[in-house]
Amino acid sequence: MTDYTTVIGLEVHVQLSTHSKLFSPAPSGALGEPNTRVHAIDLGLPGVLPRPNAAAIELAVRAALALDGDVQTVSRFARKNYFYPDLPKGYQISQFEEPVCRGGSVPLGDGRSCRLTRVHIEEDAGKLTHGDIGTLVDLNRAGMPLVEIVGEPDLRTPADAHAFLHNLREILRYAGVSDCDMELGSMRCDANISLMPVGSTRFGTKVELKNLNSLKMVQRALEYEERRQAAILAAGGRIAAETRGWNDEAGESRPQRSKESAPDYRYFPDPDLPPLVIAPAMIDRQREALGELPQHRRARYRTDFQLPEHDILVLTQERAVGDWFEALVAAGIEPKTASNWTMSEVLPAQRQRTTPLAEFPVSPQQLCELVQLQGRGALTQVSARKVFQHLLVHGGAAEAAMHELGLLRIVDRDVLQPLVDAAIAALPEAAVAVRAGKERAMDAIKGNVMRATQGRADPAIVDALLRAALGIGSAPPA
Amino acid sequence: MTDLHQLSATALARLVRSGEVRARDVVRSFLDRIDRLDPDYHAFLDHRGGRALADADAVDTARARGADLGPLAGVPIAWKDNLVLRGEVTSAGSRMLDGFRSPYTATCLQRLTAAGAILLGRTNMDEFGMGSSTENSAYGPTRNPWRPDCVPGGSSGGSAAAVAAALCPLALGSDTGGSVRQPAALCGVVGLKPSYGRVSRFGLIAYASSLDCVGALARSVEDLALWLRVAAGVDDADPTSVAAPLPGLEPDHRDDLRGVRIGVPWELNGPGLEDEVAASTQAAIDALRGLGAEIVECSLPRVAYAVPTYYLIAMAEAASNLARYDGVRYGARSSGARRCEEMTTVSRSRGFGVETQLRILLGTFGLSIGYQQEYYGKATRVRELLRADFRQVFGQCDLLLSPTSPVAAFPLGSRVDDPLAMYLCDALTVPASLAGLPALSQPCGFTTDGRPIGLQWMAPPLREDLLLQVAHVFERQTDHHQRRALS
Repeated sequence: MTDYTTVIGLEVHVQLSTHSKLFSPAPSGALGEPNTRVHAIDLGLPGVLPRPNAAAIELAVRAALALDGDVQTVSRFARKNYFYPDLPKGYQISQFEEPVCRGGSVPLGDGRSCRLTRVHIEEDAGKLTHGDIGTLVDLNRAGMPLVEIVGEPDLRTPADAHAFLHNLREILRYAGVSDCDMELGSMRCDANISLMPVGSTRFGTKVELKNLNSLKMVQRALEYEERRQAAILAAGGRIAAETRGWNDEAGESRPQRSKESAPDYRYFPDPDLPPLVIAPAMIDRQREALGELPQHRRARYRTDFQLPEHDILVLTQERAVGDWFEALVAAGIEPKTASNWTMSEVLPAQRQRTTPLAEFPVSPQQLCELVQLQGRGALTQVSARKVFQHLLVHGGAAEAAMHELGLLRIVDRDVLQPLVDAAIAALPEAAVAVRAGKERAMDAIKGNVMRATQGRADPAIVDALLRAALGIGSAPPA
Repeated sequence: MTDLHQLSATALARLVRSGEVRARDVVRSFLDRIDRLDPDYHAFLDHRGGRALADADAVDTARARGADLGPLAGVPIAWKDNLVLRGEVTSAGSRMLDGFRSPYTATCLQRLTAAGAILLGRTNMDEFGMGSSTENSAYGPTRNPWRPDCVPGGSSGGSAAAVAAALCPLALGSDTGGSVRQPAALCGVVGLKPSYGRVSRFGLIAYASSLDCVGALARSVEDLALWLRVAAGVDDADPTSVAAPLPGLEPDHRDDLRGVRIGVPWELNGPGLEDEVAASTQAAIDALRGLGAEIVECSLPRVAYAVPTYYLIAMAEAASNLARYDGVRYGARSSGARRCEEMTTVSRSRGFGVETQLRILLGTFGLSIGYQQEYYGKATRVRELLRADFRQVFGQCDLLLSPTSPVAAFPLGSRVDDPLAMYLCDALTVPASLAGLPALSQPCGFTTDGRPIGLQWMAPPLREDLLLQVAHVFERQTDHHQRRALS
């Protein structure tokens, strides 16, 4: 592999999160029973005309802005002509010579970025299922709104490709453009890959890889293809310009179609659709709707909150997580405390749920009240977690829940003293060890007290009582 | 009730509204006439019979109730077989759509019924609008009511013949390169092709999308104005429809054309015309001068390229528009194929007629890699130059005048083997199509053997008002439109 430089360029299709299709009022979204989400327009019935969906155009513009592309105020829809049973009109409405966006880039996360050639709008095709009784056509997906994002061949490793897709997905999710779910097909990727001798500037013959249904598959398929091409070149062979399909189970790609047999799509401007004119005011609205992108948010978290890098990555993985975290900070919680609560309590609880984080049952205000109770010393860390779990299920105010659960911190020495004595009696070996100087053995005895109080005992008081009882000095300063 | 069938749509609407005539009697009289006479002409592919009568009854009931009647209440209207009507067969004159029933209705038909019109029946046409004689219909040709051995023109030949034979007062057609105007001329009726985008194309089975216009045929200019008021307007379902206001179409009953500048482009008024067509046109020009109009000699330098430009664009768009007829979802599917691709190939080879296949092949060629710039690309550039010619000439005059067709109705079968001769029938009508202009054909005379001759008016975009006003004056001051093919 050391003898060759790998050159990779990706073409990514992303399904726009609209309520209806690109050119028909049929509902989009989750696919239902076959052929239940199909309008006369999607069927390509005689006499129908496409009706552009303004919401889809807006999301495409937003995607272009999110990717730092140059939105074209005038673009055109074009027909891509070919016959296939999943293509009702015998042509796909796409954009060819005049796309809605030129240029743009996707950050690779290490300071580098990959340039984009263009972003254009197009409609999806239906789906075929080949079976024993013949070929079944489902047109639910036909006419779904897509943007195709065409990357420049700036990527040099399969890991670059992974980073490109990961960051692209994050940006588009942030922008609310798409859910970008590769497994469900709302984000699909074709990869072009070629090898050239190190130091060369002339790209080698490229191979197009298809059927890449996850980020991992993209990386695995590219790694395989890199090895395959290197082996052929090392043996003095030539790379065939072809399209290959990735078979993940077999861990290999197989030839699908040679470039010579590629059809002539006879692109021409769609005469049913006037030029797509995008008003500056619409671009401004989409720029506003775009909000903060992940890379900008990360920079702000570093400077404004001084959070550890790990926290920043977790909090910015999705816009909603950061929004939740910031709501906690806005409610008055210190940033690192807010980050801890978000990462260790809110996110694990959210993972058990199917509704969006914005509908999380405990509000930032409730959680703030809880954190303040803890801060005032009314709750121990363990008790605070119990109150949180209670609020998750029952709702209500943190203080009321604390009293209802009887979780007020125990600071009364008269209450704690007998518990400390009992714990020492229950763990004589630990007590011996502590007296012999092994302070860490105190943890077992403390744990016994905590268990006896369901975690409500004030740890500092327990520590003091224990030291007094065992006759050792006070704890060294932390 | 005598001779209801000879009345204009305007007159029938007035009689129904006033209660002097029941809509049922109007519709009944036309249905009877179709049943009696149409076997000789084959203008209709079918009629709605009892369903049309039921619609007429609804109009009569509404009137009895005192409800507001629409401007076309009770007027029976025929429509070309490429406009879809929910639940009814629409075949576009093709085997490919034999028996196809649409689940939705074309906007232009919806507007008619909303105005109270009674949809009478479906008229014959060249397959997918591809032809100038209606001989390319998969359901057999239509005959010209003036001369049954001659063609009615096309592709809206069924609608033109139906109006000429007084089988209906008004019929819808579609005009891509002259398909309303040329049959109107050959059948001695008035035909209007509005500006591109003026009438919604939603539900019009596409031939060439950048050229297709829904138009209408009638026996008077006034009836076409009545129709256009109902049909025109922007439609959310057609992104190419225009929202421009429709200037007043009320006939102003002026008797002269003083102050009107009529341009006569020499390229459309000389070469290739039959003698009698040229003579009738000259007589019309003289009559117009006599009415006070200023006749302006002018030129459209690029119009010589209009026919090849038109056919390159129309065929390219047609090849794409007709790709949907693949036998997968609806329409004819030939049996016996083992693979999807074969099924599509066989279905298309059997479903489409010869002329349609010819145009699909030529259109596909004109868009292919290596040829697109040479053919389709060049044609779109010439189209822009032609538009510029028109803009320039409309600086010198208000309207343009030419014959509609270089020839009068020709015998059936006389041109079917010569596509080029057939294409040249459109030489005078395709320029307005390419430029998206409104244009109208009206009777201006007859050959000595009694075949009608048509005069074509062209106006600047969206100036249907000019067309209709001037044509109305010409009609009132001449008697050509009063002759009838049949009593």
